[in-house]
Amino acid sequence: MEVTHQVLQQLVNGISLGSIYALIALGYTMIYGIIKLINFAHGDIYMVGAYIGFYAITQAQLSIVPALIISFVVTGILGMVVEKLAYKPLRHAPRISVLITAIGVSFFLEYTSMYFVSPTPRTFPALFGDVAIELGGIVINGQQMLILGITTILMIVLTYVVHRTKTGKAMRAASFDTETAQLMGIDSDRIISITFGIGSALAAVAGVLVGVYYNSIDPLMGIMPGLKAFVAAVLGGIGILPGAVVGGLILGIVEAFVSGFVSSTFRDAAAFAILILVLLFKPTGIFGKNTKEKV
Amino acid sequence: MKYLRKNDFIMIGFAVVLFAVLQGLIAGRILSSFWQLNLLIVGINVIMAVSLNLINGYTGQFSLGHAGFMAVGAYVGVVLTTNFHLPFLAALVAGAVAAGILGFLIGIPTLRLRGDYLAIATLGLGEIIRIVIMNIDYVGGAAGFKGIPHHTTFAWVFFLMLFALFFIKNFVNSNQGRACLAIRENEIAAESMGVNTTKYKIMAFTIGAAFAGVAGVLFAHSFYLISPNSFTFMQSFNYLIMVVMGGLGSITGSIAGAFVVTFISAALASWPEFRMIIYALALILMMFYRPQGLFGYMEVTNMRIFRKIFKKGGRADG
Amino acid sequence: MAKELLKATDVSEVFGGLKAVSDFNFHINKGELVGLIGPNGAGKTTAFNLITGVYQPTTGEIQFDGKSIVGLKPYQITQRGIARTFQNIRLFSELTVLENVKIAFHFHVKYGLLESVFRMGRYFKEEEKIEEEALKLLKIFHLEDKAGELAKNLPYGAQRRLEIARALAAKPKLLLLDEPAAGMNPQETKELMEMISWIRKEFGLTILLIEHDMSLVMGICERIYVLEYGMIIAQGTPDVIKNDPEVIRAYLGGEA
Repeated sequence: MEVTHQVLQQLVNGISLGSIYALIALGYTMIYGIIKLINFAHGDIYMVGAYIGFYAITQAQLSIVPALIISFVVTGILGMVVEKLAYKPLRHAPRISVLITAIGVSFFLEYTSMYFVSPTPRTFPALFGDVAIELGGIVINGQQMLILGITTILMIVLTYVVHRTKTGKAMRAASFDTETAQLMGIDSDRIISITFGIGSALAAVAGVLVGVYYNSIDPLMGIMPGLKAFVAAVLGGIGILPGAVVGGLILGIVEAFVSGFVSSTFRDAAAFAILILVLLFKPTGIFGKNTKEKV
Repeated sequence: MKYLRKNDFIMIGFAVVLFAVLQGLIAGRILSSFWQLNLLIVGINVIMAVSLNLINGYTGQFSLGHAGFMAVGAYVGVVLTTNFHLPFLAALVAGAVAAGILGFLIGIPTLRLRGDYLAIATLGLGEIIRIVIMNIDYVGGAAGFKGIPHHTTFAWVFFLMLFALFFIKNFVNSNQGRACLAIRENEIAAESMGVNTTKYKIMAFTIGAAFAGVAGVLFAHSFYLISPNSFTFMQSFNYLIMVVMGGLGSITGSIAGAFVVTFISAALASWPEFRMIIYALALILMMFYRPQGLFGYMEVTNMRIFRKIFKKGGRADG
Repeated sequence: MAKELLKATDVSEVFGGLKAVSDFNFHINKGELVGLIGPNGAGKTTAFNLITGVYQPTTGEIQFDGKSIVGLKPYQITQRGIARTFQNIRLFSELTVLENVKIAFHFHVKYGLLESVFRMGRYFKEEEKIEEEALKLLKIFHLEDKAGELAKNLPYGAQRRLEIARALAAKPKLLLLDEPAAGMNPQETKELMEMISWIRKEFGLTILLIEHDMSLVMGICERIYVLEYGMIIAQGTPDVIKNDPEVIRAYLGGEA
């Protein structure tokens, strides 16, 4: 009984954490799908999002929902600006140049933030006090409810946007085959820009939610979750949106179990071990299809 | 070694002169200890960059876990010298062998992957190595390993760097090295020309890892304390940046890249708050205006201004 | 009866339910120059990829020199004595013309890793030997004065010739040429075909030639197989093929 209880509790924790990974992974996977770039700066976009949310709550005295919206919009714009300035000029450059640029952007965001907000971690104000519900001994606290609620809403909206709107359809077409999409009259520059915008905005929400969940943010907070979100995207099948969500959730649950039942120091190793296993046995991920190179 | 060729003699001659000058500056206490340490770091970084270049630049296999192999070398080395009081040379050999074996074992499954997938897998493996070390109490865990004897001298670094450079230069100019180049250029064609691509990818990866192990031993014995945090994937990024900045597929470039990155970072040490920002901007601008790196595929021996000195050099005869 | 160098028996290749090649039966005798023709998408290149181990046959058997080569890796098949060129040129484009050819000597070079990195033993002797042989090959293909140039900077026709030179450096018994004249003008094509006849005699080669353009192979091939929709619909001497009603319908008719 005790064990089942613990398992279920870790499951709740894992799903909360996994939802956050899923939000970041969505941006990763969308961006990779469309320009085949491992955007190493994506984790730092998430960090910027967290800080914008932090200042909206502490300085502007806003409540959580307006803070989330502000962070969503501002960070989304930041993502588009970064794409325009740093990646667009390299559209036809070798992949490694773009990758190195992404590393450069990542450093730039981290250390510029550090300069402006100082390297010391900031404490996120507690928004919920002790709000929590108990279901058969399993505690779901206010932060977790917020995370689950917000991510569910965002995913529904994203699914609608991608499948029902013209822009969303163009995004899917461009991600399938950029050149053909362009020939069909899709403005691929605009679509790439929008993809960065949406991806960054989702990451920003994840950043604010993490701030609320762990109460603490710092300029280097994006590095690890950024990488793990990429692992989640690979796990689900890179370029595939539901894959990113499933990958994120699996990763979150596995991490919660490893820290709950093994040791929290092995938490990060677990994520990478999953990565290696996926890459070795099904490099295209859970939802990916195998393709063969044409000779 | 009766077969050493003319260019090699010129290079060795140049290296001996350079060594004498630098050693003189150190012995005469003209260089401050800050710059002395940086000189060691440059040499170590050259070994890291050139060995990573063998994997990334010459063989075209995108590895992002080089710091992991460095960590293995470093920890094996310090355990042998500090806990078992073995001579430094034994530690160097053991560090190289340990990192090489690990590179071999990791290489077999992972080198089937291509491009970005390989990059992210090696990054993950590098992190796993670090996290495992962090959880071994015998080597101090996350707090680090203390009390390392200060064995690394400029002479050790310089001559091992020279060894690494000649080793890799000769390798890429050989039948085995050409097989690696062929894999980089077109894996399917290489295979069709009778090249066992898996074997040579693993060979390049193993050699690269072994030299990273050597660099790790040298690095560790330059300090009193090492910790797993010296070997994060950020460090692997740094080596990648050196290689790309110098030119993927150029040994001259790797030397230049290691030199430039180390010295930019040392020179900016007085402005810590701007250091990384400037570094990041330099990196981005470099990719905009000179994505092939400082040297591209060029080597010093093939450059027009040096033609008078060198006989027409082979690939990487630098 | 002449000795069969290559023999394919009931070979089929299925890609995701689609039969790219089916019930493929053919053979090449030692010393023959055989053509494999057919309209675009008939499965000619797939046949090449099956022979060279790039694809594994779904069913069937392929024998080379009396031994099965099914399941071998492409490099192992090359080492047994089959070399090829590619329809969509696959040179080592950032390497020099000379290096391109040297790479193909790969498994004939007799020195080890230690000899490489310490420049000992057979290293210099072997390197001199392959350099000499490589230059000789380049000379045959009129590329000797381009030896130091990067392969990507060669004009198109020269790239095609370099592909053949490189394949020869692997010292094959059987040479597979995948549309070697694609994209060449009539004059270049004529020269190339003469060159192919010549190297065949000079090196004692057996050659299998894929061509899209039927008239081209008529002149030099002794025997021709015609593929359509992954199946062999006719075989025989050029004269037989020329007059085969099936071929005229499927191939010439299809072209018009």
